Amino acid sequence: MNTTIMLFLLQDGITNGAIYALLGLALVLVFAVTRVILIPQGEFVTYGALSYAMLATGQVPGTAKLAVAMGLVAFGLDLFFARKSLHARLIARAVAVDIVFPLAVCLLTYALAGPKTPIAVNIALALLIVAAIGLFLYRIAFQPIAHTSVLVLLIASVGCHLALQGLGLVFFGAEGLRGPALSNVALTAGALRFTGQSLAVYGLTIAFIVALWLFFGYSLTGKALRATAVNRLGARLVGIRTTLSGQIAFLLASLIGAISGILIVPITTLYYDTGFLIGLKGFIAAIIGGLVSYPLTAVAAILVGVVEAFSSFYASNFKEVIVFTLILPVLVLRSLAAPAVEEEKD
Amino acid sequence: MTQRLPLVIFALVMALIPLVPGMPPFWIVLLDNIGLAALVAMGLVLLTGVGGLTSFGQAAFCGFGAYTTAVLTTAYGVSPWLTLPLSLLVSGIAAVLLGIVTVRLFGHYLPLGTIAWGIALFYLFSKLEFLGRNDGISGIPPVAIGSYEMLSPGTIYYAIWIAVLISAVLTLNLLDSRTGRAIRALRRGHIAAEAFGVQTPRAKLLVFIYAAVLAGLSGWLYAHFQRAANPTPFGPQAGIEYLFIAVVGGAGYVWGAVLGAGIVVILKEVLQSYLPYIFGGQSQLETIVFGILLVMLLQLAPSGVWPWLTARLPLKTARRTADTSLTLPARERAPSTSAVLLQLDKARKQFGGVTAVNDVSFDVKAREIVALIGPNGAGKSTTFNLITGVLTATSGAISVLGRKVENAPPQEVVKLGVARTFQHVKLVPDMTVLENVAIGAHLRGASGAVASMFRLDRADEARLLAEAARQIERVGLTDQIDQLAGSLSLGQQRIVEIARALCVDPMLLLLDEPAAGLRHMEKQRLAALLRQLRDGGMSVLLVEHDMGFVMDLADRIVVLDFGTKIAEGTPAAIKKNPEVIKAYLGAAA
Repeated sequence: MNTTIMLFLLQDGITNGAIYALLGLALVLVFAVTRVILIPQGEFVTYGALSYAMLATGQVPGTAKLAVAMGLVAFGLDLFFARKSLHARLIARAVAVDIVFPLAVCLLTYALAGPKTPIAVNIALALLIVAAIGLFLYRIAFQPIAHTSVLVLLIASVGCHLALQGLGLVFFGAEGLRGPALSNVALTAGALRFTGQSLAVYGLTIAFIVALWLFFGYSLTGKALRATAVNRLGARLVGIRTTLSGQIAFLLASLIGAISGILIVPITTLYYDTGFLIGLKGFIAAIIGGLVSYPLTAVAAILVGVVEAFSSFYASNFKEVIVFTLILPVLVLRSLAAPAVEEEKD
Repeated sequence: MTQRLPLVIFALVMALIPLVPGMPPFWIVLLDNIGLAALVAMGLVLLTGVGGLTSFGQAAFCGFGAYTTAVLTTAYGVSPWLTLPLSLLVSGIAAVLLGIVTVRLFGHYLPLGTIAWGIALFYLFSKLEFLGRNDGISGIPPVAIGSYEMLSPGTIYYAIWIAVLISAVLTLNLLDSRTGRAIRALRRGHIAAEAFGVQTPRAKLLVFIYAAVLAGLSGWLYAHFQRAANPTPFGPQAGIEYLFIAVVGGAGYVWGAVLGAGIVVILKEVLQSYLPYIFGGQSQLETIVFGILLVMLLQLAPSGVWPWLTARLPLKTARRTADTSLTLPARERAPSTSAVLLQLDKARKQFGGVTAVNDVSFDVKAREIVALIGPNGAGKSTTFNLITGVLTATSGAISVLGRKVENAPPQEVVKLGVARTFQHVKLVPDMTVLENVAIGAHLRGASGAVASMFRLDRADEARLLAEAARQIERVGLTDQIDQLAGSLSLGQQRIVEIARALCVDPMLLLLDEPAAGLRHMEKQRLAALLRQLRDGGMSVLLVEHDMGFVMDLADRIVVLDFGTKIAEGTPAAIKKNPEVIKAYLGAAA
């Protein structure tokens, strides 16, 4: 192996790893706040990426309508759960969030979509659509069972993944899509070529890590979100609105997922079911990071990306086997270090 | 025999179905698929619903079973009947290897770990040359009895459903036994089970292997039913689907697995054949409906369809009467001349910078009731945990019968005759009082999992239940013996814990706040019981906040404050001790 190949593989690995890091961060975020292990994270990636790619060709993606439909269901649930204490302000909020917001996004998409729409507008539209879907996903699927065990939430999460992936096929078809590059800037450093795209990936990843770390470590809202995860009842008793915390977490996670998708769709062709595998690699990183630490997750994600790049060069057949087996030694270490006294709650 | 009646009827109905004239072959294929899925789901019921270990990777074990027979029969011409034990063995060995790594994981790490190796194994199946890569292996010979080959879906049908019925009976037998109780206690955390000698890691590994072997059996049948094996049915999607089946049916119920398999397989078939007509020719629509149904089910009926169904059927569970004339042999006692049962010598426990127990020394002699009192946070429960091996002491020594107990795990401490109750009641709420108490006698039984599955444990089991019933009678809860422990009042649950501890046949009983939540009369009865136990030769060490109760009962009192022993003496002396008064009421200004 020569140094050039190694450098190329390293660069490739780090770029992929940065995407996994973003997803891993979103997973940690959602888990820390809601205890949901977000399997549909991969669908946020594909929805973001493919909505953007479709908008780039001038078409309106079906996700815009999905957001409206989910908003309607969320509206129904909001009214149903508050049926004993309905008042004008509550209804007004439900109408604004559940109906006006997705409808506005959908109408805006129809109004703006076209072959000549600037990239920035397309990105904004894709992000808005996926953010709405993420928000309503929490409202519909998880908020009613927010108090249950991690396992129930996990199984529900798998259900959401199945439904969203199936819908992805309906919206985007079985053919893969590729989106236009965000910028055509390129830098050369020795044998390596850095595209604007990969620089954007690095920059955004670092920005998110720092932002999340600051948000959760130092802001009151961030601390309130963490408190919700540790003890919902306790958090409610001190005045934290736990349902809002969950919605914020999902909103952020879907945004991060969509951004990751938009970042990679110009580099590789994405299919409606690609997200699952990408999301799972983010998972591996998140698990290695223990689902708690942002910097550790980011480092682990880079490691996953690099291992993937090298194994696809040396043993491309067993690339996935190697990446997913990577988790086993980590799990062994964790189980050896597991505390002796740990009572599981049911 | 009446309990077996529904089972016999079910077996007869299943046996007659293929003989119904005009039965469409397609339905038989569907029933074959239901049986195959039910086998895997049954393993998951034991693993997830009963044992609390969620696995998304069961499909991979089906793969081990299927590929083992596929390779051996096609490449080496081995007879399918010979590959059956080998398929089960390979699945079992894979489960041991993966289980050693996975079952020790806590909470959500476990399901995530299973997802990861489930996917890794799927890719391994689809990339390995000798497994035929993505195309798999075809031309697997059918199962044959003599010259009769099970070629049609209608004949393999019997093989599949006999396997389902036998597995269901074995699983039910296993659950209704000494090992079964240990497995059922797993979901509620391991501390209580370990305090009575259950080796929880081993019990977890056991259910893991059991589930994997059932999946391997399903895989073996699948390979000979389809006469081919390829990676797709052993991938992560299938693993998710099996879990879905278990949840739909009712994850805690063996028959729920069969019911769930029926619902899901038929639903999938219906969705696959009708949805394209309704919504046009797009595929994968069924996964959308599937996903939505799964989420709705968790919100509306989280415990599944089977319990919902049985609650509406006029089935009554037979009352179990234990034959109390049977007796268990007494616990093996270490020969000892020491009159001191328990001795703490400068026991110390630090959590980081906090010293929870600060060089505490005291002892408990034979036939003595000692009370450990002190304000909240004095280190009483931590002391209990040190004695019983739940925590290891930072320094100092704890001896039982004059022998040092050095970092012995709870399972070893209980063997010495030290039994305990918990401050926060740790019973299994969905087990009856009798079953809960019988966990206490775990170490006095000997029957293992295999013996239980084939009902060779009945004599041993009857003696265990008799002992449990006797201890329940002793604490005065005979009327509640068949009730679910979770339905009792908190005070009664504490008494159940005492009965469970008595089943150990202990020499020293450690009671953590036994009188909390009891009414006045109940407290008096408890005090009378404890005096009676002492007079019978047992010693008691108790933590209690009810001073009236303690002062009346205890022979000696040890007072802790902020982890340090501040006084020790008779109740009368303790009442007058200025240090104790200061600790409880504060210093006079």
